[in-house]
Amino acid sequence: MPTMFEKIWSRHVVAEGPGGQTLLYIDRHPLHEGATAALARLKQSGRAVRRPAGLLATADHYVPTGPGSEALAEPEIRGMVDGVIRSTREAGVPFFGPGDPRTGIVHVIGPEQGYTQPGIVLVCGDSHTATHGAFGAIAFGIGSTEVEHVLATQCLWQRKPKVMRITVTGKRQPGIAAKDVILAIIARIGAGGGVGHAVEYAGPVMADMSMEERMTVCNMSIEAGARAGMVAPDDTTYRYLEGRPYAPKGAHWDKALAYWKTLPSDADAVFDKEVTLDGAGIAPTVTWGTSPQDALPITESVPDPAREADPARRQAMGRALDYMGLRPGTPLSAISIDRVFIGSCTNSRIEDLRAAAAVAKGRRAVIKAWVVPGSGLVKQAAEAEGLHEVFTAAGFDWRDPGCSMCVGMNGDTAREGERVASTSNRNFEGRQGKGARTHLMSPAMAAAAAITGRLTDVRGL
Amino acid sequence: MEPFTTLTAGAVPMDLPNIDTDRVIPARFLRKPKEAGLGKYFFHDVRFNPDGSENGDFILNQAPYRDAQILVTAENFGCGSSREAAVWALMGSGFRCVIGPSFGDIFFENCFKNGVLAVVLPAEVVAGLRRQLHDRPGAAISLDLASQTLTAPDGATRRFEVDPFRKQALLKGQDEIALTTEYEEAIRTHEARRAAEMPWLT
Repeated sequence: MPTMFEKIWSRHVVAEGPGGQTLLYIDRHPLHEGATAALARLKQSGRAVRRPAGLLATADHYVPTGPGSEALAEPEIRGMVDGVIRSTREAGVPFFGPGDPRTGIVHVIGPEQGYTQPGIVLVCGDSHTATHGAFGAIAFGIGSTEVEHVLATQCLWQRKPKVMRITVTGKRQPGIAAKDVILAIIARIGAGGGVGHAVEYAGPVMADMSMEERMTVCNMSIEAGARAGMVAPDDTTYRYLEGRPYAPKGAHWDKALAYWKTLPSDADAVFDKEVTLDGAGIAPTVTWGTSPQDALPITESVPDPAREADPARRQAMGRALDYMGLRPGTPLSAISIDRVFIGSCTNSRIEDLRAAAAVAKGRRAVIKAWVVPGSGLVKQAAEAEGLHEVFTAAGFDWRDPGCSMCVGMNGDTAREGERVASTSNRNFEGRQGKGARTHLMSPAMAAAAAITGRLTDVRGL
Repeated sequence: MEPFTTLTAGAVPMDLPNIDTDRVIPARFLRKPKEAGLGKYFFHDVRFNPDGSENGDFILNQAPYRDAQILVTAENFGCGSSREAAVWALMGSGFRCVIGPSFGDIFFENCFKNGVLAVVLPAEVVAGLRRQLHDRPGAAISLDLASQTLTAPDGATRRFEVDPFRKQALLKGQDEIALTTEYEEAIRTHEARRAAEMPWLT
């Protein structure tokens, strides 16, 4: 009867508090530079970190990713990295810092280390924490005050959200990436469609996906308004986890596996909301506006606000097109691009780099194109396969791990008016730099844009 | 945290849906210390022209709305990034209350953690409030948290819902960590059970 969410939730209830709130136990809590302020406030109030050894910290948001990076020269940016190094050392928190091959984006290294596991509750001071839900965990982003609360108590006050199931039926067409699937889902339910909900992604398309692909889908749950996204664990999950540093070993593995197998939602589980999407109907998808919901198949054209019936939506579309410098009716594949960014917690894992390299191989980028691996270990693995040589031979810039151009806070930014084909998660105004224009897409589509200098249907390249 | 009990103040309408927290405070200001005050970065890139002068078209720069302490929004305000600085910048600009048909979940939570009352009302009710505020720029809205009532510029009073836990925390200006510490025994019991049932999670 219970959903997967319900099963995990009920196992983590410490107490039912006043006013229908639950004190929920938190198993895992990865940290990044944003945690420095919370650690400082905790110290100031004379409180200690309750379980420092259970934490895992990295530097990702502010680290330099290559030569010429402003992060090296800007004292405030350096201060953010120095801050997390100092504060985690002081608190006794395991830290994978710059230079450590295990360093990288918090949502890449958690899964990579086996720190992320099925059946746990994981929180992090970052909205893309839903990524970890790909393993069948409750994982959601929290604010800085909540980070401080979890550091002090290992718990969080929560009201149980509603649960929505999104079923993707059928089979993906060849060349359709996980990114296309999640962009299609967001376009369908809208940027606020998941507000107040945790999402379970289900159906044959999800079951068929690799862990990397499931992470891409769960990662962008917040772009549909949902704090948490999750996929039921299965053999794909267990195969991925086995042998990773933080994964259970020996008898513990068997015991954990037995628990994990109880997690999938029961066949008769009832969800608060159900959405179904035809997986076979999903095309390579790109965004044209300034909200992730502004997504269309690459074969379409820029929409016309005048045809939009809802006045608020019409106003938002008009403003978005103005910011993006686009005219209604322009075929999406006619939009020229100034630079390309392949990276971010959405699309910087080994499979993403393979997909981009397959397109870049034997071709030549005509515009500036960056490849930023999600972690030091992803970078090593890619280099062992020779992907870096494919990229550099094609004129792409092969860089060091970090959040880089996804967040616009570390000096890796696009210039005003520059149009970026990006594998990141947000096309918000100013997200990749003041006045920068972002088009979201899959790694293969971004690589194709680098080769042609315009938005391009990778299937026809 | 400063308690929130009642508020009567000017209100400013924002009609665009899906205003994200990157727009509320651009990422490059997140490395500025909170103590220095983040109010000057609130909606920075829409509020100021490239030369640093104010953009007169932006509603927060218009005379009747300058002293507003209440923001009345459209759907999904505060979506996107979890940055609590969005709330700190909002407060730094003098706001103590946001009213909308829906909010980004993390932003909503962050409001209450900082003594900002976030009120969710049906979309048509909020649209009506925004219309009144456009028609009568600078008009005030009154809120009474204890009785959960809101009085619109036209004098109409209506009840709003608020989670009882969050309501108490706001009324008292409660330190949540102190509250949780009272549950220490329950946390220890849970940790002992967890160690037995899920020994692989250290």
